[in-house]
Amino acid sequence: MIELKYYLLISAFLFSLGVFGVLTRRNAVNVLMGVELILNSANLNLVAFSRYSSSGIDGQMFAVFVIVVAAAEVAVALAIILTLYRVLSTVNLDRADVLKR
Amino acid sequence: MNLGNLDSLTFFYPELILLGGILLVVISDISLKGLRDRVNPLLTLAALLLALFYTLQTDHGSAMTLFEGMLALDNFALFFKAFMLVAGVLVLLGSLHSEELAAVHQGEFHALLLAVTLGMLLMANSAHLVMLYLSLELVSLTSYIMVGYLRSDRLSNEASMKYILFGAVSTGAMLYGFSLLYGMTGSLDLFAIRDALLAQEVVGFNQVTLMLVVVLTTAGFGFKTAAVPFHFWCPDVYTGAPTPVTAFLSVAPKAAGFAILVRFFLGGLSQPAGEQWGFISGIDWPLVLIVVSVLTMSLGNIAALTQNNLKRMLAYSSIAHAGYILMGAVLLTGTGLKAMLVYLFVYLFMNLGAFFVVTVIFNSEKTFELQDYNGMFRRSPFLAVAMSIFLLSLIGIPPFAGFLGKLYIFGAVIDQGLYWFAVVGALNAAVAAFYYMRIMKHMILENDDRPPTPLQISPLNRALLVLLLVPNILLIVFWSPIDRWTANSITLFGGL
Repeated sequence: MIELKYYLLISAFLFSLGVFGVLTRRNAVNVLMGVELILNSANLNLVAFSRYSSSGIDGQMFAVFVIVVAAAEVAVALAIILTLYRVLSTVNLDRADVLKR
Repeated sequence: MNLGNLDSLTFFYPELILLGGILLVVISDISLKGLRDRVNPLLTLAALLLALFYTLQTDHGSAMTLFEGMLALDNFALFFKAFMLVAGVLVLLGSLHSEELAAVHQGEFHALLLAVTLGMLLMANSAHLVMLYLSLELVSLTSYIMVGYLRSDRLSNEASMKYILFGAVSTGAMLYGFSLLYGMTGSLDLFAIRDALLAQEVVGFNQVTLMLVVVLTTAGFGFKTAAVPFHFWCPDVYTGAPTPVTAFLSVAPKAAGFAILVRFFLGGLSQPAGEQWGFISGIDWPLVLIVVSVLTMSLGNIAALTQNNLKRMLAYSSIAHAGYILMGAVLLTGTGLKAMLVYLFVYLFMNLGAFFVVTVIFNSEKTFELQDYNGMFRRSPFLAVAMSIFLLSLIGIPPFAGFLGKLYIFGAVIDQGLYWFAVVGALNAAVAAFYYMRIMKHMILENDDRPPTPLQISPLNRALLVLLLVPNILLIVFWSPIDRWTANSITLFGGL
């Protein structure tokens, strides 16, 4: 059986990748993909911990909730990106700068 | 005492009423074409008031948990539930005669307001990591939509975009922290987490992991409370959002963030010992939060000094106030917690008041710029005096309510012997006085050459201004009931 630490390493890697994506991408949709990686790294942690411990399926249940909320979050985020696109004709975050003084 | 699912329903009326209210508003919005603009606000108001009534009626005896340990019902939660509902009522009334929102159809706005209030009620009593996450996301998702409510407005859209990207990342980080905490303790229930942490030695690698958990979860709560360094969204979002929404965001979700922060750190990561809490040995999380608090109030106040847009200035001021409120939470004492509650309570009325004056002035002037406030005293003495009272209250000048909050917070800090912390707070209050006074100077002393035309204020707005002024002036008279109420409200489930 694969040891727990490999799951944790992969999830840490995914988390870092997500944060890196969020910080470097200027396209709003790409930033959202980074966010998805962060959420899924947490999911992987939760499921792995739950599988390798004797605490029942609490962690797996939490992961299911996270997946559902993530879907809702993406729906809202894409709707907002769409309305912004209608106003700005771009989804580049550097162009959304009216609020900066 | 732990209640099962069916027994819990008796104590769940406020949430159920809000849920019914959301459904009714949505139904009336699609079925009553002609009447809906009148029916929806009334339905929303009725739901909020009924929920408030049941919240104040709740007599739960001692602290207990509902729904198999998902929610904790205690006096602390009841205080915040009443707080959220009052904030909801005041914001609803403030949004009725707002020119910004009048341009778009408001049906969804009322449903969203009820949904965000429902989320905040759940936030105030969640005692389980799943519940904590779900309620936080319910509040976040609905407030993203409320910020971007003016669909054709570029500022509103931009604000909403920044809000959701920031929010998604910080709640994601918080979630990663939760997953590590679950791995360490094997449980998602806050009180079981505490027991598991107390049972094991937190040393070496565990210490590092727990510190990481503290930092990551602080990102989530810091985002909700707009604490430095998670405040970057705050000025932009507050400037871009419709003013009634800004007023709401600066008070209610912020307070909910503090409720959840106290619930997590005091309920999950510290143990009650006599009159105060001790943090679980190995992680000095109060120190982390003290640093955050000092940075938050200093940065908020200093950045507010140079702002010329009223909404942006009040946004920075609300960041600074989050710093003061955090001072009460990190002390780990009953007096500190009580001071935090008093401060939040008075902050509700003074901050909503200040934002409401901004809304009223925008209605006729279409501007948020400070220089356009010149000569406001000659045009509407009532409005200028009202704004001055809200601002003096925000500074903490004695006859007004804000003084009570500052008094309790600094008293609690000095009580713990943290003199330098109190000095930093006092210096900050002095800096804050400068920019609040600057607004008053523009409104009262500076006049432009134009002949003063009287400012139109609708009767409803005038009544609401009086309603917000009364607590600011009179709370000081009702000092002892507030003292008793908040002292009673610090009982946490599994705490003191």
